[in-house]
Amino acid sequence: MGHIRVSGLGKAYKQYPNRWSRLFEWMVPFSRTRHHLHWVLQGVDFEIQPGEAVGIVGVNGAGKSTLLKMITGTTQPTCGEIQLKGRVAALLELGMGFHPDFTGRQNTFMAGQLLGMQVEEIEALMPEIESFAEIGEAMDHQVRTYSSGMQMRLAFSVATARRPDILIVDEALSVGDAYFQHKSFDRIRNFRKAGTTLLIVSHDRSAIQSICDTAILLENGRMAMRGKPEEVMDYYNAMLAQREGQTVRQEMLANGQVQTISGTGEAGILSVRLLDPKGRSVEVAEVGHAMVLEVQVEVRQDIERLILGFMIKDRLGQPMYGINTHRVDKALTDLKAGERVTYRFAFDMRLGKGNYSVALSLSRLDSHLDRNFEWRDYGLVFHVINNRQEDFVGCSWLEAQTSVTRSSDKVIESDSEVLQ
Amino acid sequence: MLRNLYQSLWSYRGFILGSVKREFQARYRNSLFGALWTVLNPLSMIVVYTVIFSTIMRARLPGVDDGLAYSVYLCAGLLTWGLFAEITTRSQSMFLENANLLKKISFPRICLPVIVLMNAGINFAIILGLFLGFLLISGRLPGMALLALVPLLILQVMFAAGLGMILGVLNVFFRDVGQFFGICLQFWFWLTPIVYPLSILPEGIQRLIGLNPMTALMNSYQNLFLYNQWPNWNSLIPLLVIGLLFCVMGLRLFRQRVGEMVDEL
Repeated sequence: MGHIRVSGLGKAYKQYPNRWSRLFEWMVPFSRTRHHLHWVLQGVDFEIQPGEAVGIVGVNGAGKSTLLKMITGTTQPTCGEIQLKGRVAALLELGMGFHPDFTGRQNTFMAGQLLGMQVEEIEALMPEIESFAEIGEAMDHQVRTYSSGMQMRLAFSVATARRPDILIVDEALSVGDAYFQHKSFDRIRNFRKAGTTLLIVSHDRSAIQSICDTAILLENGRMAMRGKPEEVMDYYNAMLAQREGQTVRQEMLANGQVQTISGTGEAGILSVRLLDPKGRSVEVAEVGHAMVLEVQVEVRQDIERLILGFMIKDRLGQPMYGINTHRVDKALTDLKAGERVTYRFAFDMRLGKGNYSVALSLSRLDSHLDRNFEWRDYGLVFHVINNRQEDFVGCSWLEAQTSVTRSSDKVIESDSEVLQ
Repeated sequence: MLRNLYQSLWSYRGFILGSVKREFQARYRNSLFGALWTVLNPLSMIVVYTVIFSTIMRARLPGVDDGLAYSVYLCAGLLTWGLFAEITTRSQSMFLENANLLKKISFPRICLPVIVLMNAGINFAIILGLFLGFLLISGRLPGMALLALVPLLILQVMFAAGLGMILGVLNVFFRDVGQFFGICLQFWFWLTPIVYPLSILPEGIQRLIGLNPMTALMNSYQNLFLYNQWPNWNSLIPLLVIGLLFCVMGLRLFRQRVGEMVDEL
């Protein structure tokens, strides 16, 4: 029970050149096909053993949801086959089929019946569903008076009232408050312990890594990678970082450097590179490596004083570290038009795993508010991975030196004597 | 194939019954008179037709003299036509209306037409019950011939369900089907002797109207309720054949296109 085998799976949507061509294709016998197939998923093969937990990652449009929909049976595959053993429960669209005019209890019956349960079964499970959802009296109120969180709670409780052999989760857990998220995650963990096979789509690295045995990376409708969650997530994140860098570059070209860059333009940034210990320009850095941020600046008009500052921000835009040449007494004065300046900031990469961006500013004084030659967000996007250091948590690597001392009971006794 | 369908229907019987119940409840949930509206709608139609055709136009049925007879004649056709119209129009939009459910939840799709049939059946049962009550009070209740109602209704539901299934599937891919059938149904209604008796038409047109498979069925209902006559079974063979054909075609179309349907919704 709980075995999933997917072989040669592919999904294509038929696209007709115009509305009439479908009619022709249907009506005229032996006519040539008039549609072409738009493949969203192709050649997917994998096997999931009972009790295994597998995470599926990939950018939007990679085919994750289509894959899950085919496994749950809402969409039929164009080619290939799916073999499932055991009862499947899907947390794809929580609260689907809830009717706003009926009470929570009536909707519970409706949702249960939609899962193929009989009234008696639902009645037997009702106390358990009620206590897990913890929505109290609202159970007998109309669902239209519910908050979305309450609907979510009820829907989750119904969908997981029975332990399925295969549980399919599509980021459903990102809804609801923190308390219920924990609770629902606990339930999923318990299912897993009891032998349920898990299939999870998520963008949340910690969710995938904490619960999954393996991860599958989908890219453009194909399986790009299958392996340990850490490896797959690292690869995925590096892929994302690369992508982000590219889009920024494209935006700059398309917008003629207007939107991302502001400033009066007496001096401008020519290039920004992150160099690894071997001097190669990289977008992925290893925790603890000695890196160099290299910035080339072009002076376009004579200026009396020039300061370059950079700031590293995390994914949420929070500053991690920032410094400028004024504060390290490296301000340049009396620059002539046409001069080029190369700055090198060498530092050890003491940041935690994740995505970071570098913002740069060229100004006259310490603050770029006075004379702002150029200000550039997302001057560089890079990614930090951790394959060599201990697997620490957080955004800064403090490299704690750990020493542990154990003492025997005797020592404690003698200590207490001293204290007395 | 049929066994598979039956099995999935049986395992989802809870869902089907629940849906039927809920749809019935939902329709009248926020209304004060509730199920009364199911009755008032056809009743108002019957009153209007009776007044216009029977009283104002002085239409009389051949061989029967009292005004009430026309009402019975009208009811016999109108109420059963109502069942036919409800099944077909609801079937043609059943997949579109449940697009969200179909796209997101995996359940046997064959449940949807069954739910439509059962809902239409319940509505019709209410109306039929009232009609029979009316006949009983007015002392016009037909005798043993009433038993013929069962095979007649089965025949009609089969015809309507087959047609509805074809329309329902086609409507997903070609939305024109729904619009087109709405117009068709109007013409069909007036080209079937329901409001008027067939005998008032000229000979040539009578033969033309006779080609309409619904004519024989309506005729059977009318003769049953008005004259306590058993139907002429032979006249119903075309309807039976077409109905069976529709059912086979409908099921085939459904099985072929059910997967593709979700992609189109």
